Amino acid sequence: MKFQARLRPILLALAGLLFLAVRPALAAGKLNIVTATQDLGALVTEVGGDKVNVLAIAKGYQDPHFVEAKPSFLLNLRRADLLVVVGLELEVGWLPPLINQSGNPKIQPASVGYFDSSRYAEILEIPTAQVSRAMGDVHPMGNPHYWLDPQNGLRVAQGLAQKLGQMSPGDAGYFNQRLESFRQRLTAAERRWDEQMKPYRGRKIITYHQSWPNFVKRFGLTVADYVEPRPGIPPSPAHVVELITLMKRQGVKLILVEPYFDLKTPQSVARETGGQVVVLMPSVGGNKESGDYIQLFDYDVNQLVKAFQQTR
Amino acid sequence: MSKSYLRASLLTLATLGLAQAQSVPAPKDPTPAASQDPAKAQEERIRKLEEEVQALKAAQAAVPAVQPQPLQIGGAGGSAAKALNPDISLNGDFLGAMGRNTVRPVPGLEMHEAELGIQSVIDPYARGDVFLSFGDSGVSVEEAFITFTDLPGEFVAKVGKFRAAFGKVNATHNHALSWTDRPLVTENLVNGEDGLDDMGLSLTRILPAPGDLFLEATAQVFKGDSGALFKSSQNNDLSYVGHLRGYEDLNENTNVELGYSFAQGHNELGHAFLTKLQGLDLSLRWKPLRRSIYNSLMWRTEAVWSQRDQLPTTQKAFGWYSSLDYRLDERWTVGTRYDWSQRATLASQVDKGGSLLATYWMSEFSQLRAQYRLADYQGQGRANELRLQLIFVMGAHGAHAF
Repeated sequence: MKFQARLRPILLALAGLLFLAVRPALAAGKLNIVTATQDLGALVTEVGGDKVNVLAIAKGYQDPHFVEAKPSFLLNLRRADLLVVVGLELEVGWLPPLINQSGNPKIQPASVGYFDSSRYAEILEIPTAQVSRAMGDVHPMGNPHYWLDPQNGLRVAQGLAQKLGQMSPGDAGYFNQRLESFRQRLTAAERRWDEQMKPYRGRKIITYHQSWPNFVKRFGLTVADYVEPRPGIPPSPAHVVELITLMKRQGVKLILVEPYFDLKTPQSVARETGGQVVVLMPSVGGNKESGDYIQLFDYDVNQLVKAFQQTR
Repeated sequence: MSKSYLRASLLTLATLGLAQAQSVPAPKDPTPAASQDPAKAQEERIRKLEEEVQALKAAQAAVPAVQPQPLQIGGAGGSAAKALNPDISLNGDFLGAMGRNTVRPVPGLEMHEAELGIQSVIDPYARGDVFLSFGDSGVSVEEAFITFTDLPGEFVAKVGKFRAAFGKVNATHNHALSWTDRPLVTENLVNGEDGLDDMGLSLTRILPAPGDLFLEATAQVFKGDSGALFKSSQNNDLSYVGHLRGYEDLNENTNVELGYSFAQGHNELGHAFLTKLQGLDLSLRWKPLRRSIYNSLMWRTEAVWSQRDQLPTTQKAFGWYSSLDYRLDERWTVGTRYDWSQRATLASQVDKGGSLLATYWMSEFSQLRAQYRLADYQGQGRANELRLQLIFVMGAHGAHAF
């Protein structure tokens, strides 16, 4: 026990130092909600307004496949009333251990406080044949980047309004009212985006990762190829050559890249082909301009239109 | 937000106004256009309202009502019944060695371990994890435990056989380490590769702490057998392990973790002979969120104090290692480690060593690693060797260790 005694002052000193960091007080009566990503956090905020506290684990500028299961997230998870996940195994590399260690029965999978958003959304690329890792880091349950279709955002928001209404029946009217307002604003915004994207329907683009199927489907674009030869596999020189040939042959000019991927390869491909690299935000919070769900599409559509105009 | 409220209330007002307008003469409209032709203005208003109603209806119709999709289970390859099978994964660990090591020689080529992982939720209250290790020396149950996730009081309990929560290296499986071997302090004081791994119970809880400090305590009790470290000669020769862990995010990219561990058990000399271990582990991690797949750094140091009752006198030994890993890009990680450790049964003897490492990530599921290792085993000999390791993962996507 001698060492324990020796250690105590160290721990106390550490605790004392950390005491300076003030923990945000949890307001009484609000639902505590943890979401896997900032997109889902934004949807919860749209519906829940000031009746909920929201914490998003993965930030918008972070690759949601590779989040670290930091113990600090447990501090929020153990007190959470509801955990909202993307599902389809997007979080399989980091969320399960956090849920296991949380000591919170409410948020265990299939419990009342576990909300799998993918069950409310239109899912694309559900494999119909045998999948294997020869295809790279594939998602065997379908493509999990479904929030990039505004209709899916609305569907998930509807599911959330229902869920929050069940959890807090007194506020059900409030949640529905907010959902209705979100629906109206989103519908108006969608008309705007459709108008902006109309001249470019049918255009071919390249994306870095296989994360934009819902987005391109919604806005009538086609993905000709990916910078990654297969999901999660870094671009090889041979694939880069193939990509350049394909872009030249088919006249593809735009390469969509998420902010967390290296720009070196996409930029050299763009130089070779006279194309352009567009850094699009895959998630709310990816940058300052994409602060909420509607702003995310505002930003992406504007960037895309600008790039289409420059590379016509 | 307020805009839509405004619109909704305007709509209500307008509708009310309209209803009134049908029964009573229209009130004087202040706008000049309306005053010129009130009937026309009213018509215009009705038309606008109708348009708005249509637009709202269309918007509502555009999105079908909430309808949870049926889970897409199995697809072409499986059937619904198989969905309840546990997740199965296999971690392969192939080792090669070149050079000279007369003290702890390893085979030139060796399929060191194939670790079969079987994991599943058991029922709404618990999950199960089993890891079977197939190696040159046969098959062993590395871990097999049930975790109760539904306990009151924020407790998490484990029952079964599992690697004890003594420091960092001890709780980590071979394939999840940054090296091809385990540090000398582990070899000398904490039962080497097999480590403190025994059958028993574990209880973990997050403790209240100031600020954003994460504080977690674990208490474990074991049967009392862990290779050369602990040996129970009576039923009640149990061994105990305690672990206290503090973690803090310094900023979103950097975090620090400090752990204190304690272990006590009887050694092979008999009931009256105890071995006590204490350990400190310190980890500093840096992983910029925006560049997480390309760059990261981890510095980790662990120290272990051992106190072993034996004849003629109790041996007090100390050992430590310090290791640094840096991820250069999506494919390469480099690292280094320094080892220093006395021996548990003869503390006057000191083993020292140093390593340089490079790991090539073919993908997230396979890595190739090279470790150049120098070691000096006092009075026994030296090692000067190059060890190569190929690690691969099959099956269920395991979570990344933190």
